[in-house]
Amino acid sequence: MSNAAIAPETLETIKALDKYEAGFVTDIESDFAPKGLSEDIIRFISAKKNEPDWMLESRLTAYRHWLTLPEPEWANVSFPPVDYQDAYYYAAPKTAAAPKSLDELDPKLLETYKKLGIPLREQEMLNGIAVDAVFDSVSVVTTFREKLHSAGVIFCSISEAVQKYPDMIKKYMGSVVPYTDNKHACLNAAVFTDGTFVYIPEGVRCPMELSTYFRINEAKTGQFERTLIVAEKKSYVSYLEGCTAPKRDENQMHAAVVELIAMDDAEIKYSTVQNWYPGDENGKGGIYNFVTKRGICKGARSRISWTQVETGSAITWKYPSCVLLGDDSVGEFYSVALTNNYQQADTGTKMIHIGKNTRSRIIAKGISAGKSNSTYRGLVRIAQKAENARNYTQCDSLLIGDLCGAHTVPYIENKNPTATLEHEATTSKISDKTLFYCRQRGIPEEEALTLIVNGFCKEVLQHLPMEFAVEAQKLVAISLEGSVG
Amino acid sequence: MLKIKNLHVNAAGRPVLKGLSLEMKAGEVHAIMGPNGSGKSTLSYVLAGRDGYEVTDGTVEFMGQDLLSMEPEDRAALGLFLAFQYPVEIPGVSTTTFLKTALNAIRKKRGEKELEPAAFLKLQKQKIQQLGMDPEMMKRGVNVGFSGGEKKRNEVLQMAMLAPKLAIMDETDSGLDIDALKVVSEGVNALRGPETSFLVITHYQRLLDYIKPDIVHVLANGKIQKTGGPELALLLEEKGYADFYDATEAA
Repeated sequence: MSNAAIAPETLETIKALDKYEAGFVTDIESDFAPKGLSEDIIRFISAKKNEPDWMLESRLTAYRHWLTLPEPEWANVSFPPVDYQDAYYYAAPKTAAAPKSLDELDPKLLETYKKLGIPLREQEMLNGIAVDAVFDSVSVVTTFREKLHSAGVIFCSISEAVQKYPDMIKKYMGSVVPYTDNKHACLNAAVFTDGTFVYIPEGVRCPMELSTYFRINEAKTGQFERTLIVAEKKSYVSYLEGCTAPKRDENQMHAAVVELIAMDDAEIKYSTVQNWYPGDENGKGGIYNFVTKRGICKGARSRISWTQVETGSAITWKYPSCVLLGDDSVGEFYSVALTNNYQQADTGTKMIHIGKNTRSRIIAKGISAGKSNSTYRGLVRIAQKAENARNYTQCDSLLIGDLCGAHTVPYIENKNPTATLEHEATTSKISDKTLFYCRQRGIPEEEALTLIVNGFCKEVLQHLPMEFAVEAQKLVAISLEGSVG
Repeated sequence: MLKIKNLHVNAAGRPVLKGLSLEMKAGEVHAIMGPNGSGKSTLSYVLAGRDGYEVTDGTVEFMGQDLLSMEPEDRAALGLFLAFQYPVEIPGVSTTTFLKTALNAIRKKRGEKELEPAAFLKLQKQKIQQLGMDPEMMKRGVNVGFSGGEKKRNEVLQMAMLAPKLAIMDETDSGLDIDALKVVSEGVNALRGPETSFLVITHYQRLLDYIKPDIVHVLANGKIQKTGGPELALLLEEKGYADFYDATEAA
């Protein structure tokens, strides 16, 4: 059966759901940093995490640089200036200060994740996915550690990694996305609070899917997480991330940094199902999702594949990218960005070809409904020495209704005459005729719309691990609710 | 089974159907023939419930219910099927997925249990064989990359799967060569039975050589101008529609 087939039970579930079922708040006592941003706050965060001096110094260097950077304004998104002093940069459940075992975990947190469909108790997990659960500013638990440990895989929170594996953190953190990269990545380097560290040793195929589930809970709190994945020679890992937040009238900032490093013959698959609170139907509230994600194919024949399904957030602004340094390395980007109501998305990728015979593939699907605005922005750069580089880019936009916008902004920079570059783009609208055709066959309008949109996204969704593909199809359906009729 | 009384319909503000009346009994095959612009396609769309047509007068009763007050999907569940003149393409949605979604939506509306996947596939396989279709086509997006003939055959397959009480065929013969026409007609003829009626809309008599109608109507200027047996179609083939234009102009 194809992935795009929507089981009737799925549609039943969707109907029973509120539009944004993850929009609840967990009533839990939290420990906050004082409001605002300053060197003192950074010292506070660093002290909370009991960090070594080098880490604090690295944060302060980033912070001082951040102060000098202007707000980037080139994206096709608009929002009022962010008041960086009107937010908390550290919030953590009081009970989560130390425990790292499930038995010690606050039952309220277990309940929260269960409600989100992420059972943390290993015996409750049927599909063998290890989870790092990040709640506001801290990782509250990481599952399946022993099993992974016996395979030699390190899967822990980034805070723990700073303590336990300082050499690796010093070596790799900031090596793909330096703090000087952009304003939001720089802020992250200064105030990041938690995230995930993954290390796959040489020749190891990670025995299970790894995942991080990000949850924002407290109001006026920014989430700044950091993910670092290092795949040594001939290793393989598939990593998933999911995210949700409560419904709130004010906007909340999420500025993450993700760095991937693949050595010779290594492969990293990174999948995201992003379902941050998108704001209400009038555009009030929602998450600002300003994320920097980049992977480097450092070794020969290495491969990095990004798959993202972006349905949430008031504003999505991100370009998961690949630097193809090793010869014969491969970068892939598969994306679905769905915007409804007043959501805005400016997303795409960068494929930087440096090594010889490097290949990249970009499949981007944008769906705009309501009064939303969606932009695909992508860069394909072929460096002078990248002999026989190849890129194939396809970006398709689907419009639902008359009040939304879809934009495509491809950049191509080619310095090598042996490169082969292909670019295809389409824009289409779901026509009344197509909807009528489905309804004539007995399929109600919303179900027809979901069917058509999932068909449009199929090429991307089939790159997701099975469990996520089903989840993503549901999300697409929920996100489209109210966009017809 | 179907009773159309004095139907008046405007499309884009202009009157297209101007008092059309028609009655069909279960199991009958009626042909509606008429020149371009006579309102043939408008009739099929109004019966199926497409937006953009304003019914200004008249009634339509189907299976004892007021058809015009119903949503398109409810009409389908009641047993109305429209074979499109130009079937749409739906990329990424396989014909199998589409048909399964449709069939189960209809069954659910009728208060029947959804078909188990195995039962569905068995039924589909049987219908595909009857129509001499390539099973591989079922995996492709609905009508994507299909030839004109394949699209029409796919319409007949859907008809066979959904087993309607009334199938309206809107110029099913347009764009078909003689071989494709034969195959499509055979598919339709296999579905004929005491519980299934057909309303075959066509410009040309050719289709009626293969799908033999019980009754033939001539539609011109928004009204049924004449009703008769199969011989009427032959007469039209010979003489054309000119007489009916004259008749309506004079009236």
